Amino acid sequence: MMARLKQINPVFLVLALLFVAIAILSPYFLQPAGYMNFLKRAAPIAILAVGQLYVINSGGFDLSAGALVTLTVIGSSILLDGDASATWWVILAMLGVGVIVGAVNALVVSWLKVPSIIATLGMMITLSGIALTWSGGAPRGYLPENFRFFGRYLIKDLPLIKILPVAVIVMVVVCVAMWWLMHRTNYGKRLIAMGDNPKAALLAGVPLTETRIVAFVMSSVSAVLAGILLGGFAGVSTDVGVGLELQAITAAVIGGAQLLGGRGTVGATIAGALVLQAMFTLLNILGFPKPIRDVVQGLILISAVVIAGYRRRRSGG
Amino acid sequence: MINKFTATALTTLALALPAQAQNFDDPVEFAKQKDMLGAAANGDATTPWLQYYGDVMADTSGYKKDGPHTICFSNAGVNNPWRVVGWNTMQAEVEQHDNIAEFVVTDAEGSDDKQIADIEDLLAGGTCDALIVSPNTTAALTPAVEKACEQLPVIVFDRGVNTDCPVTFIKPVGGYGFGIQSGEFIAANAPEGSDVLMLRILPGVDVLETRYSAAKRILEEAGLNIVGAEFTDGDRAKTKAIVEDYIQRGNQLGAVWMDAGATSVAAIEAFEDMGLDVPIVTGEDQQDFLQKWQEIGMNTIAPTYPTYQWRTPILAALKILDGEAIPGPEWNLPQPAITNDNLGDFVNASMPPLHYAACGCEGMPGYPERWGGK
Repeated sequence: MMARLKQINPVFLVLALLFVAIAILSPYFLQPAGYMNFLKRAAPIAILAVGQLYVINSGGFDLSAGALVTLTVIGSSILLDGDASATWWVILAMLGVGVIVGAVNALVVSWLKVPSIIATLGMMITLSGIALTWSGGAPRGYLPENFRFFGRYLIKDLPLIKILPVAVIVMVVVCVAMWWLMHRTNYGKRLIAMGDNPKAALLAGVPLTETRIVAFVMSSVSAVLAGILLGGFAGVSTDVGVGLELQAITAAVIGGAQLLGGRGTVGATIAGALVLQAMFTLLNILGFPKPIRDVVQGLILISAVVIAGYRRRRSGG
Repeated sequence: MINKFTATALTTLALALPAQAQNFDDPVEFAKQKDMLGAAANGDATTPWLQYYGDVMADTSGYKKDGPHTICFSNAGVNNPWRVVGWNTMQAEVEQHDNIAEFVVTDAEGSDDKQIADIEDLLAGGTCDALIVSPNTTAALTPAVEKACEQLPVIVFDRGVNTDCPVTFIKPVGGYGFGIQSGEFIAANAPEGSDVLMLRILPGVDVLETRYSAAKRILEEAGLNIVGAEFTDGDRAKTKAIVEDYIQRGNQLGAVWMDAGATSVAAIEAFEDMGLDVPIVTGEDQQDFLQKWQEIGMNTIAPTYPTYQWRTPILAALKILDGEAIPGPEWNLPQPAITNDNLGDFVNASMPPLHYAACGCEGMPGYPERWGGK
């Protein structure tokens, strides 16, 4: 019994404790409107975190994700400018931008041998610059209702759960697809082998460049999807993506992902994202202002790495 | 040791404060603007950009000059939708005058340093007959404006400077007036003793600080419970998240006071998406807010900081160069508030969502396309 309990990733226990604390402090969260709204707010960060996990498992970081979220929101609003008939091609164009950004990140790492933390930092600065130049630093254009559908719309009058935000459906579909690719395909095995020991993986016949391209593209596409949800949630905003890449990395690490690769699961990463969002919610209910949340995010990031390292030494993994 | 440390810290703090600390909660100015809101402006009400309060005029006979003129304009930036609408309106005004030979414009892109350099460059160029300045921030631009005053007639508008050397300073009634209009509406219409959330764009800008201090004073005097005053950076996502956070904390918000209307719709959406009735959420004359207000039938108010004030500096410059007396050293324009009674006059679905309705631009060259309308 105890042995089985030890195998459970502690992130799930922390999440359960946080939910109990929130429910005691604010009964609103026990109502469908409460927990569904919570999941809706957590959806973009969960998607981003799972995308980031692909890069982390490959042994790298993707710092450009947050800037890509901003570029998605600003670019979509300027391209659309309220024209609902253009929504679908703009979404496709933005996903195309995501594929290109991810591929460039991966090729800079693979071909030019630039560490991913530097390559994606450069990409982050570049994308922020493009967004700033394009928008002139102020929100321009606006997002039509059918674009905002994904991030804002609620399906109402359902049995049992009463309401279901479309963002939650998007989160579930995207996360299941990313779970399947990571944990049920040969690609996932190659990715983890590469992050664990790139030389051994290469000798075993893993195509490192291709594997890395897919990992970075997954991260960038997830950033575009998160941008579509965030733009839908509140409309045009010029710094919507600031700091999201660090939240995504934090969520993955809370879920037990090992920085520098080779270990990390999609399920635990989603739980990590929910822990982060639950922590923010708890601090809010307790009346702490935003800067305190940043302090807490920093502290739990460090604690999570320390605890994960301790568990690995204990288990000999 | 501790005492010495404290003393050093205090000295450092004192030195760090600007030499002229600004007072954004001035009861005299508050009363003055309150009186103006209740008074009738001089002039034709169909051209509010030429109206003024009081009868103190500035003598400009010494600046009389033969045309055509070169008018120079140092703009703080075109970095928000309010300034975009105003800037379009000003350009349309310039086109209407044959005796403006050249309109030289610099854009400081929201930087004090660049604007100081811009003004120096314009002065060094030596071609300007009059200089219009829309300062980026109040204290930082004061020395540059003072220097310009020594060389040519200067007109300041929108945000102020800490000197009365310009021929005139054009603005609507002012920030206190804005705060009075929205504060009094909430005091009269919100449930007694209810919670009020105050949302602000950013600290340190005089026209925004005074809106806040005036509204806060009125809300407190009315016995309302101000549960928080938060900065949104004018960002919709932050605004919506902050309002949701306050609702989740269990506050019974009877009103959300906004110091500017750009994110009012995001605040309204927070209530809608949580399945709650929308309380009073104040706004401004942006079309998206006005249309939302009409659509869901709110009971609210939209004070304006009318963009037609961008027409006035051009007209003032030409009057100065004709030697015609103009209102000065302060020229206060009327500052209408949109209410349920006159909402229909301002809503216009063919204009873009971030268009400011009180632009006074209908009928100008290029309307409505120049302002993005259809």
